[in-house]
Order: sequence, then structure tokens, then C-alpha cells
Amino acid sequence: MRRRSVSYAKYGYIFSIPFVLAFIIFSFYPIIYTAVIGFTDLKGLTKTDFKFLDNPFQNFELILHNPSFITSLSNTAMIWIINFIPQILLALLLAAWFTNHRHHIKGQGAFKVLFYMPNIITAATIAILFSSLFGYPMGPMNDLFKTFGLSQESVNFLLQKWTARGVISFIQFWTWYGYTMLIFISGVLGINPELYEAAEMDGATSSQTFFRITLPSLRTIMLYMLVTSLIGGLQMFDIPKLFIPNQGPSNATLTTTVFIYNQAFSGSYMYNRAAAASMILFLIITTLSGVLFFIMRDKQAAKLRKQEKNRVKEFNKANRISARRAEV
Amino acid sequence: MKNKANVSNYALDTVKYTVCILLAILSILPFWIMLMNATRGTFEIQQHAVSLLPSTHLFDNIKVLAGKSFNPVTGFINSMIISTCATVCAVYFSSLTAYALMAYDWRMRQPFFTFIMAVMMIPAQVSGIGFYQFMYRIHWTNSFLPLILPVIAAPTIVFFMRQYLLATLQLDIVNSARIDGAGEFYTFNRIIMPIMKPAVATQAIFVFVGNWNNLFTPMILLTDHNKYTMPIMVSLLRGDIYKTEYGSIYLGLSLTVLPLFIVYFLLSKYIIAGVALGGVKE
Repeated sequence: MRRRSVSYAKYGYIFSIPFVLAFIIFSFYPIIYTAVIGFTDLKGLTKTDFKFLDNPFQNFELILHNPSFITSLSNTAMIWIINFIPQILLALLLAAWFTNHRHHIKGQGAFKVLFYMPNIITAATIAILFSSLFGYPMGPMNDLFKTFGLSQESVNFLLQKWTARGVISFIQFWTWYGYTMLIFISGVLGINPELYEAAEMDGATSSQTFFRITLPSLRTIMLYMLVTSLIGGLQMFDIPKLFIPNQGPSNATLTTTVFIYNQAFSGSYMYNRAAAASMILFLIITTLSGVLFFIMRDKQAAKLRKQEKNRVKEFNKANRISARRAEV
Repeated sequence: MKNKANVSNYALDTVKYTVCILLAILSILPFWIMLMNATRGTFEIQQHAVSLLPSTHLFDNIKVLAGKSFNPVTGFINSMIISTCATVCAVYFSSLTAYALMAYDWRMRQPFFTFIMAVMMIPAQVSGIGFYQFMYRIHWTNSFLPLILPVIAAPTIVFFMRQYLLATLQLDIVNSARIDGAGEFYTFNRIIMPIMKPAVATQAIFVFVGNWNNLFTPMILLTDHNKYTMPIMVSLLRGDIYKTEYGSIYLGLSLTVLPLFIVYFLLSKYIIAGVALGGVKE
């Protein structure tokens, strides 16, 4: 009688259990719970019991008509745009310089380490550090302005809408351009070197090579950066929360996540409205993720699936052989 | 003509190095001012807030700082406990999940991977309210568990580990272990984990730093001063009690940054390589 070959498939399920359990308990359930709270009257510190509202969408309507919420969305968008465009341009430029074979930049390693450094420092610390640097009446920035004769009087930077937003955008830019640059560099290094050799043989200039070969090849990576940065930008919390107490003059630096936090964990603890706002934010993020997923899926997923299939085939073959060997 | 090209090359090189050096200064200067001001007295800072040289008031600042609610030692210990446990959980269970995806042929495998890709982008903030209410109901606020256990399900790390296994895992090794009678779990712990060491090290750094810097979740869950993490301690410097104690604010900030600086400059080679390798935000 021939014995059936041993099946190890069940271990696939067993080894996935911790992930699935942790996901259900700490991610899935809280999201559902948040969604449910959005339809209830749950507010007030230490409250946990709730009942559904007569008009279930009342919180959503209130939030969508709340001028602070609208301001927070437009602030988030503005702060993100002001930081993202220069960030991506500078990162591209640096990536092009650092990967240029003909003009090698000395000390690249040190530059990379320094450019990326702000990214790993606690955002909370950076927020308070910059808020101190831009202090009024006598912060380092004011000191520099006076020393270089840019202004006679002390400037209260944080009381002006656009400087307050501008500084937050700058902090975001400053903490992330190094990261973006490193991703672009690895992207450029992944481009087929033969393309560059061919271009060199045809006598292409550095800028021609950059615009005709490098840039088009980085398109997918740039889209990926765009969407991940946008999703990250929508969650901006630490820096706007701590940079200016109460988010500055007329909510100049109020972002969506800070709005949600303030609704739920200060004032009258309106968990229900914060939950409704979270769900709106969640919808926006899911839509953007969907776009990313759609873009990334085409090429990468097809490639991965192909690799996968080959591996499975090989693996099954190996399994069968080893099972047979075990029988012998 | 060759000469002309040389001149423009020199000009371009000058521009490149100038930009790079300026950016490097931009990275260092804020931290430098912070470290110097940590040693300067409030009066000195009020006179001239920028100084490139240290002064002598470090101990005065320490005294002021220690006399108030900011407690860097407690913050450090708490952050250390949370970040270490979270890192161990995240890399171990993510490796396990990635191994399940790579080594076994099970029916739900492809759907499960698609699912992991799909939930990769869900941010912690959007479920914050439900998470807080849930933890409040089971009396887990002011506990470290809700800051540690959720990282067991870390889709981005699973994705990274899977990519790594895709390139390195030799199923022959697994098969020969089976022939030698090793159990599946034993094989994973004793054979696969050592193979994954480089990937584990890279991810461990990022998970650790990410958890160390996390502000949102600890801020909604922890209300007990003795449980505060480092970023929450930092946020106390924002409060009124330090309003005019400039020197000690800078000192407090410096204390939170120093451990990160040490770790970063020791491991910078691996961190830079890790960023390029991952391409995945954590």
C-alpha cells in the first residue's frame, strides 16, 4: 500500500495564527468599534456605555459642517503640498548627483548619514525644539535675524498663520527629504546599467541621461512615494500637536488627526464625533490606498505571482521526492 | 574646448559640494544649538539665543529640570521596556508569518498575502477612539500591553521578511531538517531564524526607533506619570512650568535625543542600507 505524501499545509495556518489574532483584536475590532461609536451618543470622560442616535448620521453631518474640521483638512493638504514638492525635487536632484559615475561626490556616505539623521529623531522632540528655535521675543531664529540685519524688531513667527504653517512644512521637509533621497538612490541603482552605458556611448550629456533614462525609470517609485507620503501626511500628529499650543492663531496649524484627538481627549470628550471624523479620514485614506494598490498591482503582483508559482512547483516536487525518500 | 568643459565641471562640482555642505549644516545646526543651549543659563539665552560654544550652567539646568515633573530616567526605562518588547514581538512573529507564506502550500496563502498588502496602509490613528474605549473597558489603560501586543500584526515587516525569504530561503534545508526528524516549529526557530538574521537586524532597528518615537497611542492610553514614555515626557516641556526656563527645556530635549544619536551613529551604516533595501515606510 502506498502511503500518501505528508502534507505540511496545516503549518501555514498554524504559523499565521498570531498575526491574524493580533490583527483582529487590535486593529479590526477597534476599527469596527470606532465606526459604531460614530453612530452613537458616546461622550464624556470615563463613559463607556452608549445608545444609538435617532438620526444615525447626526455626528457625520455635524463634523462635515464643522468649520474647524474643514480647516483641518485644508491645513493638512496645504502643509503637505508645501513640503512635498520641494522635498521630491531636492531628493531627485541629490539622487542624480550621488549616482553620477562620471562626477563622483566625495564623502557621500557621510552626507547620506547626515541628511537622513532628522528622520530618526523623535518627532515630539523636534516639534518642541523648533518651537523653541522660533521663540518670541528672544529665540535663536530672532537672534539670527537681528544679527544679519533682516529685522530690527523681534518677530513672533508662531502668531502669523503662514509662517507657522511654513515652519511645520519645513520640519516635514527637513525630516523626510533624506529618506526620499535614499529610496530614489536605490531606485536609480536598480536601473539596468546597460541603458547608461548605451547612453554614454551615444554621447548623451548628464542632463539628457537624467531626463530620458533616470526619470522615466523612477516613475513607479515616485508614484509610491507620492501616495505613501500623502497617507503619512494625512496622519501628521506629533509635530502640529506640540509645535504651537492650541494650534496657533485661528487654527492655522490644526491638522485632521490633531482635530480628532482634541475632540476626543479634551474639552467635553466627544468620542462619538471624533469617531465620525476618524471614519471620514479612514475613507479618504482607503481611497488613496486603493489607488496605490491599483497602480502597484499591475506589474509587481504579476511578477511576484509568477515567481511564487515556480517556487511552489519546485517545492512540491522536492516535497514529493523527500516523502518518497522517507518511505524508502 | 576641453578647457571650457573643465571649467563648467568645476563650477558644477562647486555647486554640488556647496549644496551638500549647506544641507549637512542644516541637519546639524538645530541640534547643535540645542546642545549648546542646554549648558547655558536662561539669562545668557535671553541675551543671545544662538551660541556655538557651550557655557557653564549645565548643572543649574539639571537642577531646575529635575525639580519639576519631567523625569527622563522614568521615561527612558518605560520607553526601553516598551520598545524592546515590541521589537522582539514584531520581528519574531513577522518572520513566522512570512515563513508561513513562503514555505507552505496552503489554500488561503495567496488571499492571505493579498490581505496583508491591503491592510498595510491602515494607520493606527483612525481606530484610536475604538482602541481607547476597548482598552478602557478591559482596564488596560496605563498598561504597556496595548503598546506592545498590537505589533505582532505588522504587515509592512511581514512584507519585508517575505521579500527576504523569497531571495534566500532554500527549501532543501527545510526538507533535510524534516528528514532528520525535526519538527516544523523547531526548524523555524533553529534553522530559519538564523538565516533571517540580517533582515531581522535591519527591521529591529526601525521597529525599535518607530516605537521609541511613537506619541499618539501612549498619549491616549497612559495617564499615570510613572508610566510616561519619552515622547510624552518631552511634551511636558511644552507646559507652563518650564515657560521661562529656556536652558532646562533645551537640556530636557537633549536628554531625549542623545540615546538616539548614539544608536544612530553606531548603526548608521546598517540604517542607511536598510532604508534603501526596504523602500517600505514603517
